[in-house]
Amino acid sequence: MKTHNILLVGVGGQGTILASKILAEVATMQGHDVKMSEIHGMAQRGGSVVTQVRMGEKVYSPLIEEGDADNIVAFEKLEALRYVHYLREGGSIVVNDQQIDPMTVITGAHVYPPEVMEKLQERASDVLVIDALQLAREVGSIRAVNVVLLGALARKMDITKESWLEAIRRTVPAKFLALNLQAFEAGYSG
Amino acid sequence: MKVLLTGNEAIARGAYEFGVAVAAAYPGTPSTEILENIAQYREIKSQWSPNEKVAMEVAVGASIAGARTLAAMKHVGVNVAADPLFTLSYSGVNGGLVLVSADDPGMHSSQNEQDNRYYAKFAKIPMFEPSDSQEAKDFVGLSLDVSEAYDVPVLLRSTTRISHSKTLVELNAASERLVKSYVKDIKKNVMIPGHARLKRLHLEERYKKLQEYSETTPVNRVEWADKKVGVITSGIAYQYVKEAMPDASILKLGFTWPLPDKMILDFASRVETLYVIEENEPYLEEHIKALGVVATGKDIFPITGELSARIIERAIGGETHLPGQLAENVPMRPPVLCPGCPHRAVFYVLKQLKLHVTGDIGCYTLGALSPLDSMDTTICMGASIPMALGFEKAHPELAEKTVAVIGDSTFIHSGITGLIDIVYNHGTSTVLILDNSTTAMTGHQENPSTGKTLQKDPTTQVDMEALCRAVGVKRVFTVDPFAMDELKELIKREVATREPSVIIAKRPCALIVKHEAPLLTILHDNCVGCKMCMRVGCPAISHGNKKSTINAALCIGCGVCAQVCKFSAIVGDIPLTPIS
Repeated sequence: MKTHNILLVGVGGQGTILASKILAEVATMQGHDVKMSEIHGMAQRGGSVVTQVRMGEKVYSPLIEEGDADNIVAFEKLEALRYVHYLREGGSIVVNDQQIDPMTVITGAHVYPPEVMEKLQERASDVLVIDALQLAREVGSIRAVNVVLLGALARKMDITKESWLEAIRRTVPAKFLALNLQAFEAGYSG
Repeated sequence: MKVLLTGNEAIARGAYEFGVAVAAAYPGTPSTEILENIAQYREIKSQWSPNEKVAMEVAVGASIAGARTLAAMKHVGVNVAADPLFTLSYSGVNGGLVLVSADDPGMHSSQNEQDNRYYAKFAKIPMFEPSDSQEAKDFVGLSLDVSEAYDVPVLLRSTTRISHSKTLVELNAASERLVKSYVKDIKKNVMIPGHARLKRLHLEERYKKLQEYSETTPVNRVEWADKKVGVITSGIAYQYVKEAMPDASILKLGFTWPLPDKMILDFASRVETLYVIEENEPYLEEHIKALGVVATGKDIFPITGELSARIIERAIGGETHLPGQLAENVPMRPPVLCPGCPHRAVFYVLKQLKLHVTGDIGCYTLGALSPLDSMDTTICMGASIPMALGFEKAHPELAEKTVAVIGDSTFIHSGITGLIDIVYNHGTSTVLILDNSTTAMTGHQENPSTGKTLQKDPTTQVDMEALCRAVGVKRVFTVDPFAMDELKELIKREVATREPSVIIAKRPCALIVKHEAPLLTILHDNCVGCKMCMRVGCPAISHGNKKSTINAALCIGCGVCAQVCKFSAIVGDIPLTPIS
């Protein structure tokens, strides 16, 4: 099989690390070679964070190149715009309809770009916008945004739903399992 | 069974499988998780040390006493540990010793981009460079074997993309953890000149033997394909080459000091065009060219930043690499001090007082950025304190306008000697220790001032006030940074005082305590839209339609914004008294 590339982008503290753990687990369960690379040195400090997951017959580089991502999952709108040029032609992007102002906007040095979704749609043919914060709130915790978004990603990927649920069971602590299974369902059924 | 592990997890697993009995480190991205993972194996005596030099020396002692040992640090940490390293190269080991250096090409979270492969050549010690997690684990075992067979410490050199990438690893059972007996041998272990001169000769003999190892070890191997193009590479660059040049023949080097000269010459003679592809410095290239080999390297491949498959393809295709062209003009999102961070109050006060701030390394370095803008210098761990003294020595009048700012863990790491220097050399500097009870930036590690060990077991806690007094500072004060008026008056008074002082601003990191304080809201009737609260640079506060708003999901009720507001527009459910 051709190597499949997934890029997760967001803001430090949004839970991209758990999401990438689940994603890596589900990829490994398919019997693929998997590589995953994360930059998380200052992830709790509200900076821009990126996780790259690659799976295929044999994967060498852990890095996804510009124009090579099959899927992008953006936990925040501006981050979607920052990384949309990584999407390959015909690739799909799942974007959380949430705005988190970076400090450069808070201080007034820059303006948060208007009409982010329109700009994304100009650049990608398949944009799935999802209010993950609201869906997470409905299942009981705004911290479950990450797994809601994985549910939405699952709609765009050729992996069985049961595999995803199993990956969540293997990754998430028992205490939070029910919440996260519901969060996945919320994102999966939209 | 194969599992997906980061390079750091794999190195920890290697320590477990290959009989390491003692491990020590100081946290530093991207190396931190090595010891955090080793700590899970209670069979290994593992610890955070106050700094990398101490960690290395604990490892040296354990090795000479007979245990297989591992020390881990980030690239700049090796600078701190270089002193014991260079002389251990002379004395050698008893139990195998592996030093893991995690370098940071691209400077994702570092102050420089030094290429630590040169340390192997400089200290005359062998070096392994893994290219994925499987090799990271296996090379721990090889490093320990080589260390014991050739009586030498071994450098295992990782990089961010090895340490922080997950790849599949085969797990094996642990071998027996045997600690050899210790035998006193002063000719080997007491490096006085008479002994060191003998060892110096031995180093060159050892180099020749290690060259033979380099020629025969299976981790230096040729992958033959089309002989029109050959590539010599090592570490993560190997993966990029495999992706970018699937048809090329490759000399893949896993053991990169000493280099296998015969193998290199043989490979070079069999290919038509030869490339040397490596991240950062032309470490391999310089050596290969000195052998008289014609090759293409840094004349087309970038010397700065990380490589990637695309960068290699473009360079070979004759394109100059242009750093990531953004599709949109998107505002940057730099890391920021968290909502409720105790450092915010300190930097706000320092900005109000218009002081020069010699800074240090930790989360608080973010105080240099807008809107706090309160740091003049950051060079290396511990530099803040002696640099404040240097400011004063250059311009005596600056003593009243300068403070040093350093965190608790960094103070223990290498701030104490600087403080002694201030006392010893008649300095009058004011030092602020921002004590947030953790090593925050690297992800909340314990340190000697937190009263807990790597394993979170209780231990003796360093008494910061008593320590400062013991070195001769008479004026030592502890203050809650959220009591901003008190903090401001204290700093004003102490910078004006003509003797050394230490102010310990003590308040735990906002991410490690559950806050009982109420969340704050803004009374829009009182808010005049002056944006004063925006100047504290809190991610929880935003401004629109001429009013400020607090994001309840982010606010933890620290009250810094409320103290800054002149119109009593920011209120909580209960009165805002500092939490003690």
